[in-house]
Amino acid sequence: MQSSSLKTRMATDRLIKVIAVLSALIGLLALVWILVTVVGKGIGALDFKFFTELPTPPGMIGGGLVNAIVGTIIMTILAALIAIPIGLLAGTYLAEIGKGSRLADIIRMVNNILIGVPSIIVGIFVYALLVIPMRSFSGYAGAAALAVIMLPIVVRTTEDMLTLVPDSLRESALALGVSRWRTTFDVVFRAAKQGLMTGVLLAVARVSGETAPLLFTALNSAYWFDSLKEPVANLTVTIFNYAMSPYSDWQQKAWGASLLITMGVLFLTITARLIMKKQRKQA
Amino acid sequence: MNVSTPEIGIVTKTKNVRPKTKKELSVEMAVHNLNFFYGDNQVLFNNNIDIYKKQITAIIGPSGCGKSTHIRTYNRIFELYRNQRAVGEIIMSGQNILDSSVDPILLRRRIGMIFQKPSPFPMSIFDNIAYGLKINTTIGGSELAGRVEDALKRVALWDEVKDKLSDSGTDLSGGQQQRLCIARAIAIEPEILLMDEPCSAIDPIGTAKIEELMIDLKSLYTIVIVTHNMQQAARVSDYTAFFYEGHIIEFGETKQIFTNPQNQQTEDYITGRFG
Repeated sequence: MQSSSLKTRMATDRLIKVIAVLSALIGLLALVWILVTVVGKGIGALDFKFFTELPTPPGMIGGGLVNAIVGTIIMTILAALIAIPIGLLAGTYLAEIGKGSRLADIIRMVNNILIGVPSIIVGIFVYALLVIPMRSFSGYAGAAALAVIMLPIVVRTTEDMLTLVPDSLRESALALGVSRWRTTFDVVFRAAKQGLMTGVLLAVARVSGETAPLLFTALNSAYWFDSLKEPVANLTVTIFNYAMSPYSDWQQKAWGASLLITMGVLFLTITARLIMKKQRKQA
Repeated sequence: MNVSTPEIGIVTKTKNVRPKTKKELSVEMAVHNLNFFYGDNQVLFNNNIDIYKKQITAIIGPSGCGKSTHIRTYNRIFELYRNQRAVGEIIMSGQNILDSSVDPILLRRRIGMIFQKPSPFPMSIFDNIAYGLKINTTIGGSELAGRVEDALKRVALWDEVKDKLSDSGTDLSGGQQQRLCIARAIAIEPEILLMDEPCSAIDPIGTAKIEELMIDLKSLYTIVIVTHNMQQAARVSDYTAFFYEGHIIEFGETKQIFTNPQNQQTEDYITGRFG
């Protein structure tokens, strides 16, 4: 009796192990497959012209996507400039100042809901808020939509990272006659520095691949943009347009743009991981 | 207010626990009827105690008896937490420091604190000490460096770290970190040093060094140390208060508390019958 139950248990154990390993392999396989395909099909498109020239008219071979590359970078940076300071301070409120208060609980709940809002909804929201009154798709609207997506992520990671800092450190600073706000910025922020940087990088990585919110805001453009008040070319919407086009040169460029974005996101994510690793070693 | 009545009839005794002392000592801090609450839960009951100037006062008692909570009222560090509240009087320089008109920042410049877990700031060894000085004074340059060196020498850490002042404070050993924290506290020259189980996370050699240091520092500072280690209390302190369930059961000269306790509970605790 006992030995048969032991056998059953060991068999179940083995079965679960096999299923778990298989599941992990399927996940990994999908990732590797995507990477191999994107690199294989995209690498050919990435020549010097790709990074330096404007797109050609439909059907004409040649040209590049310099406007979309620069547009994506500028809108992402602008979004980061809006979302990071607000996100850091809001996260600081949740973790340090408002901790345990009703208002903080409400903000935290709303923020968590905001994280889950589909990005296309954010696009429509900014369309109604900025594009319609300004009577034009614009780079500003695109950056605003990206910022709205970034903000709750930064708030959440900031709160998480600051909460990880032990109270003993806060108490030590306060006991030294340091004011509350200086304790937060001089000591707590410094202790959480790597975590905060990681959070910010992951938020940037997250929005740099967004397409839906840009469709309704920055739109896209085949031309160079003189200001952010006009539609601004960007990689993700370009991928969408070019991949759907009948021209093989454009399809090839869509693969190239996909590779570029994948590499960018991969770079940001790996950098974030390395920073986190360094943090763990120190702790 | 939901104040639970203690089961043991010991409340009334707290009034008669003034130490009988022959020495003429001035009182640095006088605590009168101090009560403390976590939300509605009362954890300190009518604590009365005098802390004597430039003496070491040890606070002993079993875990959870309110020792740490008691000294955390002295610099109002408990105010970091929303639901904690102290009621009563702690008189220092003629002023009740619990009064809301007293600026806790100025108070904490006069009362340093060392915590159970060494908590160096995530900065260099030098900056760990310089930071408090920069915040609290206007000194800088070579004078600042001199003060940092002084503080490190006073905790006997200078020789161990003088060649690596720019290394992170968190890279030091536990005992070294704790001495760094003591240096950080005394660098701004407080009047009182509160030590909340400063050796509980430190190995025996580190502990011996810190005990030596406390006796050294006594000539300059009033020290209050919370410890669950009775040998430590007996070794370093001049006065000892025995806490039990939020009450001060007995307070007196350390020698007397350990050799001839007046209270049965104190005697039971000291002889290891409970706690």
